[in-house]
Amino acid sequence: MKILYFAWLRSRIGLAEEEVSPPPEVQDVAGLVDWLAARSPAHAAALAQRSIVKAAVNQDYARPGDRVGPDDEVALFPPVTGG
Amino acid sequence: MAARVQREDFDVGAEIAAMSADALGIGAVASFVGLVRGEGEAGPISALTLEHYPGMTERKLAEAEAEARARWPLAAVRIVHRFGRLEPGSRIVLVATAAAHRDAAFAACAFLMDWLKTDAPFWKLEEGPGGAQWVSNRESDAIRRRQASEGETGSAGGPDDTERMDKGQDSNG
Repeated sequence: MKILYFAWLRSRIGLAEEEVSPPPEVQDVAGLVDWLAARSPAHAAALAQRSIVKAAVNQDYARPGDRVGPDDEVALFPPVTGG
Repeated sequence: MAARVQREDFDVGAEIAAMSADALGIGAVASFVGLVRGEGEAGPISALTLEHYPGMTERKLAEAEAEARARWPLAAVRIVHRFGRLEPGSRIVLVATAAAHRDAAFAACAFLMDWLKTDAPFWKLEEGPGGAQWVSNRESDAIRRRQASEGETGSAGGPDDTERMDKGQDSNG
């Protein structure tokens, strides 16, 4: 599974992307964020405020309960500020 | 697709001339150009860096254009959004809409700008005297978007927009 980080999530974690293989019990976005948060202190700090960590699965906005699988591209980012 | 994401600047006049060149039914072109302000959330800024999600951004811009075309009788749409490091006064975004009459052109142009603010995967980093900081999203944009969609009758309005807000937006601003 490919994970992408944007904006301050990227700078706080220190990675723009990483390839991960979560265990089978990680089935949705919320579970994945919990699992990623345990990878390092930087992950934990960056992902601490769950309410402002937004996600996209395969380039579509996703909710915490949306499913994720091994072949998905999952992006995590703060609320968008375009325009 | 008439939506682009690019690092380079764009020429507003050339973009509008190109979009409206070969459609004789066009009677109105509305356009919006967004610039980098010299004032940021925490005071004066020296530069603004826009980061985006390559791939998803293009998909979202195409979706926005399709939705605008479904809602209004548009003859042409042009969206250009820049990314990278921009100094105050630089152009960030162009939205131009062409239609037979001005009402559709104005309405679609405003709709597309609101959409870009709330749905396009861009993030802004402001550089100022105190260092660099990421811009939080504007609650006012999310509220305006919600009100705009509630004002629409039928079509792809209400519940879908609310859902999108939940997905992409931080209600705490």
